[in-house]
Amino acid sequence: MSVEAAIPEGYVKVFSKPKALSDAKYTYCPGCHHGIITRLVAEAIDELGILERTVGISPVGCAVFLDRFFNCDFVQAAHGRACAVATGIKRARPDLVVFTYQGDGDLAAIGAAETVHAANRGENITVIFVNNGVYGMTGGEMAPTTLPGQRTTTTPLGREPRLHGYPLKISEMLAQLEGPAYITRQAVFDYRHIVRAKQAILKAFRNQLEGKGFSLVEILSTCPTNWRMTPVEAGRWVAEHVVKVYPLGDLKDVG
Amino acid sequence: MSRVLMRGNEAIAEAAIRSGLKCYFCYPITPQGELVEYMARELPKRGGVFLQAESEVAAINMVYGAAAAGVRAMTSSSSPGISLKQEGISYIAMARLPCVIVNMMRGGPGLGNIAPAQGDYFQATKGGGHGDYHLIVLAPSTVPEAAELVRLAFELSDRYRVPAMILADGMIGQMMEPVELPEPVEPEDIPERPWAVTGAKGRPKNVITSFDLEPEGLKEMSLALQETYREIERNEVRWEEVETEDAELLIVAYGTMGRIAKTVVRLARQEGIKVGLLRPITLWPFPYEPVRELAERVRTVLTVELSAGQMWEDVRLAVEGRAETPFYGELGGVVPSPKRILEEVRKYVG
Repeated sequence: MSVEAAIPEGYVKVFSKPKALSDAKYTYCPGCHHGIITRLVAEAIDELGILERTVGISPVGCAVFLDRFFNCDFVQAAHGRACAVATGIKRARPDLVVFTYQGDGDLAAIGAAETVHAANRGENITVIFVNNGVYGMTGGEMAPTTLPGQRTTTTPLGREPRLHGYPLKISEMLAQLEGPAYITRQAVFDYRHIVRAKQAILKAFRNQLEGKGFSLVEILSTCPTNWRMTPVEAGRWVAEHVVKVYPLGDLKDVG
Repeated sequence: MSRVLMRGNEAIAEAAIRSGLKCYFCYPITPQGELVEYMARELPKRGGVFLQAESEVAAINMVYGAAAAGVRAMTSSSSPGISLKQEGISYIAMARLPCVIVNMMRGGPGLGNIAPAQGDYFQATKGGGHGDYHLIVLAPSTVPEAAELVRLAFELSDRYRVPAMILADGMIGQMMEPVELPEPVEPEDIPERPWAVTGAKGRPKNVITSFDLEPEGLKEMSLALQETYREIERNEVRWEEVETEDAELLIVAYGTMGRIAKTVVRLARQEGIKVGLLRPITLWPFPYEPVRELAERVRTVLTVELSAGQMWEDVRLAVEGRAETPFYGELGGVVPSPKRILEEVRKYVG
């Protein structure tokens, strides 16, 4: 837990770390949107006052160290299996608040079956889906979400849909199911979108507290390191190109 | 104790429920269908969670989650399904979560068939998935023993925080026998789980993980796991001996074959052939010492399995040249008669 420094006279504290976050340093690359998204989840946990009954599930990928960053209980899942692990925890102890935090390779490729079926059962869990279009941790390989023409280490000439498949719009797929309560796509490339993403995350947790069922917040994220861009360029890339393939907004909301 | 006539699969399910099972996750596969169906009927009525998963992979990861949340959890399957679960079992082993996995083995490799077979011995006793780990493996040879070993599996798994496996086959699963079911456990009889993820209220956070990127840290986790295995090897080896006192030939056989071998011992003795049987009940930890001690006194240690010779390797490791160690096995789901095995015995006596 962090030690609060005394505030000198005449100063007003306007910004501090959420209580849900520990003092551990992020292992994310500089400029990556994971840092913002992780913080938004922590803020939501603070605002809802659920830290002491929340269990997070970390994926395999850039967020594999997530348990270090949070002050709540955590379970580290095998690649893609977070929604199945979350199902086990939530069914065993429905009083807990259970969330997964997964990347696009984890959730939409190797874990597609676990994701679809947890959604279809309407599992009363919250899923934070960070979509940056590449496998970040392993070196920037093609993900199911990679844009057509996008160069990755496994599509050095760019993704050719007829060879490598099309961008997988898993949130649109999930929105067709009867099970989920809330499926939304957000971004965090500017302040306005960060505020909206935060509201979506809050809603996804509130849905669970109200027993509404499966809620998933997809957040378009950057990977400056593997995109070979500066953080500013990467943010602009999301705003100008990625949102055209993955339009922002609610895809399903039962209210 | 209540004595009832039950099918093996159902006796295992009932014994698990009476052992405080809270969450059961499954995927349908023969020859353990009755276990799944019994759970679907009975577990929710008795306060538990039954969930049919989308795959074996999901089912074992649901077990991982429920076990992490601190409840008694179980899954069951048969050979090809158990292969799919190996990833999850490896994670569960390193994350130190107690749970019970039932494997009603069938013929293999590949899709094989649903007849009795023992071809998963290596997979069950030598780890199965990736990494240095073991399961506690219990091999019943009768329906009542299956019920008894389910209770033991939950107890040992809790005591050592190591997953336990019941390894049997369709013969045990489908057969009906009178069973004395164990008394239901009281909630207070189930050990506390201070490490479980139950919400970090009034305590530091709990983290369930199989992961440490630092070699020194991972080495420490691995050494702790290995120390537990040594402790299990010291304390939990179980086996049965039949007419071994004056035996000149020792049969080593487990599960279904162990049961058939008992008849072989009786038939051989009627002919004046001094045959004894050692039936391992724990396949891991394997009864190396008891086999070794008997190998000092007999001329032949004959391993009989429904495989091409898997436990045979452990028997030879135990005997280490003290006796001759022939093997007789059947494959493909063919179950040999006692008379056929007796023919094999005659090759090495007289």
